Amino acid sequence: MPDIVFMLLLFFMVATVFRQYQGLPIELPTAKKIVKLEAKKNVTHIYASAAGEISIDDRIINRNRDIRNIMYKKRVENPRTMVSLKADRGAPMKVITDIQQELREADVLPINYTAKFGD
Amino acid sequence: MLLEKRRDRTAEIPTASMADIAFLLLTFFLVTTSLDMDKGLQLRLPAKGGEKEVNKSLIANLWINAAGRVLLDDEEVEIPMIKDIIKMKLAQRPLLTVSIKTDRNTNYQDFISVLDQVQMAEATRISIAEPE
Repeated sequence: MPDIVFMLLLFFMVATVFRQYQGLPIELPTAKKIVKLEAKKNVTHIYASAAGEISIDDRIINRNRDIRNIMYKKRVENPRTMVSLKADRGAPMKVITDIQQELREADVLPINYTAKFGD
Repeated sequence: MLLEKRRDRTAEIPTASMADIAFLLLTFFLVTTSLDMDKGLQLRLPAKGGEKEVNKSLIANLWINAAGRVLLDDEEVEIPMIKDIIKMKLAQRPLLTVSIKTDRNTNYQDFISVLDQVQMAEATRISIAEPE
């Protein structure tokens, strides 16, 4: 019995990948048609707080213009780069729209708007 | 009494509780692996430049203003109604492109709710309108 437990434990220890970043404090919006992210290794996490602070994989962005450069570099390294956008539900769309425009400039088009399940 | 010296003093750690520790660690990992909350609404942004001229009749325009009110093809609608209306429009025109436009001060949640409705209507061609 403990052997089985050890095997399971080993499996989970190997399968668990701890997140490398913390992100900004966010209250996610709610939606129903949420889908899981595929191919997590291609995902870049962009956080946007209600106050308009933006971070990409824990790197605070001071100028919006930087987003396109950073994302372009990521795309060059990995053509399948996609974005998981975690924005606060109370954020004004200008923050989101600017991020979207930067992503379009960098030609990173697949985006997943992270949300909690709900109405 | 004969003093018997033990030849080798083997210190034995009681291993009876190893299984307990293993169970605890296992439970910890079971719980932490399921905590990764990364689900959301999937979308593909429109490519930059080379905006294709799409026939106006094949586009359904959704405008969300700063107050969260929504106009669908110039008619005001309540957000929960959007799904059924889009479904109807899709039934008439399967190649319909739904375009979502927001004001700079629109609430992100309102945008997500509208996008949610459009995706619940099973629209496949969803576009974010070029901002002014």
